[in-house]
Amino acid sequence: MNHLLSTADLKLDDALLVLDTADRMARVADAPVRKLPTLRGRTVVNLFFEDSTRTRTSFEVAAKRLSADVINFSARGSSVSKGESLKDTAQTLEAMGADAVVCRHPASGAPHRLASWVRGSVVNAGDGTHEHPTQALLDAFTIRRRLGRLDGLAVTIVGDVLHSRVARSNVWLLTTLGARVTVVAPPTLVPLGISGWPVEVSYDLDAVLPKTDVVMMLRVQRERMSAAFFPTEREYSRRYGLDADRAALMPEHALVMHPGPMVRGMEIASSVADSPRSTVVEQVANGVSVRMAVLYLLLGGSGAERESS
Amino acid sequence: MSGRTGSTTRPRDELRAGTADASSTPAGAEGLAGPEGSNVTRTVLSATDMSRVVSRMAHQVLEKTSGGDDVVLLGIPTRGVPLAQRLARRVEAVEGVILPVGSLDPTMYRDDLRLRGVRPLEVTEIPDCGVDGMVVVLVDDVLYSGRTVRAALDALSAYGRPRAVQLAVLVDRGHRELPIRADYVGKNMPTSRRESVAVRLREVDGADAVLIVSPDAP
Repeated sequence: MNHLLSTADLKLDDALLVLDTADRMARVADAPVRKLPTLRGRTVVNLFFEDSTRTRTSFEVAAKRLSADVINFSARGSSVSKGESLKDTAQTLEAMGADAVVCRHPASGAPHRLASWVRGSVVNAGDGTHEHPTQALLDAFTIRRRLGRLDGLAVTIVGDVLHSRVARSNVWLLTTLGARVTVVAPPTLVPLGISGWPVEVSYDLDAVLPKTDVVMMLRVQRERMSAAFFPTEREYSRRYGLDADRAALMPEHALVMHPGPMVRGMEIASSVADSPRSTVVEQVANGVSVRMAVLYLLLGGSGAERESS
Repeated sequence: MSGRTGSTTRPRDELRAGTADASSTPAGAEGLAGPEGSNVTRTVLSATDMSRVVSRMAHQVLEKTSGGDDVVLLGIPTRGVPLAQRLARRVEAVEGVILPVGSLDPTMYRDDLRLRGVRPLEVTEIPDCGVDGMVVVLVDDVLYSGRTVRAALDALSAYGRPRAVQLAVLVDRGHRELPIRADYVGKNMPTSRRESVAVRLREVDGADAVLIVSPDAP
């Protein structure tokens, strides 16, 4: 594993290795000294062409806990806003000796291009509407910690699947890990090629919830809504929002997940978001462990093949 | 982690030794001979020897720590952990003292991570009593370059400040690269760097034995 660009090409063994490693990393958070010398002398660049304080900070904390040097490079106020191309930026990073580049870009596929231009490892931290692999890994990690397994679970992803890179990454990863995924969305927010995905599609949330072990609520991405995808927010909320009554349809053990930031009252009711079955806060903490695991696995060795696989 | 990684001497300490080849053969004494039959395997400790050795080490721990007061045993994965558990059982049988046992994975603290491929992490489990003010006995199967122990000392300091740290190893095969020595040694076993030492434990490998694998002279 040289880069982490997509969960679609993550094999089962690799995915499990990341989750197991993250589990060990999580124990570091319990130690009185939370810093490890593992990546001392390595440089991680956070290259963010889109604002995302949450993801950027999570990567930054992860890298710093492993003693890597972190450079935050945001597009705003940098030469990118003066017209510099992605390739020029890549060459600059290369010259600075970046060992890993964590890239968030509004264009799908940008991290793939970047990976062909830099020698270091590239981690996709969200590209357009394509993928967000570390989010999917942290979701899987959270589910496994809470429910003890992933194999055979029924996971329902609800909301704006069309624009959601989180949904895409989760579909591939969860399927690889043996879960059955159902997508519930307004017809206008279901991607065209979904028949090629290993998922079931439903438009009736109430019918799916009783058979669901994990429900993943997606954020309604107002900033990507260029057309009218549903009549009103009220109607969306009524049909696809998760309120207390709906949450009660789910089995006792079922989890409620949300990648954040949440639009309370619309996608998810506050009472559900703050209930014990909600994993929203854990997901943030687990995000650091998972990102530590990814950085360790990409940078920990010589970059050559793993010792034993 | 497959049995392969630990089946010969800690491959992690074999950084500059030319013995890594042996680790590519499957576990099992017969299996240690390569496909060309180029390896010679010698049993150095049998299962009964090993049990006797662990007994002696348990007595030494009790003697040196005056009855095992405030002693914590921390095994270094993979094979240090079952060894630490065996020591604890033996100490309990002899003195009736129950020593807390944990495990300490020093991987993240190694200084050779950049020279080798990524290694999977093992479990670190510090007993509830913690390590502050305790006498920590690190337990490992083979002592070789000493780099694993150095890393373990660093890792330990992240969990607290023990009153003293001691080291117990089943086999000391020499070739130290750091000023580290063990307080309790099951067997001193002078080896060539070309040889490798394989510790087999019932808990991990299904049988107890210590073997030396030496490449046959051509």
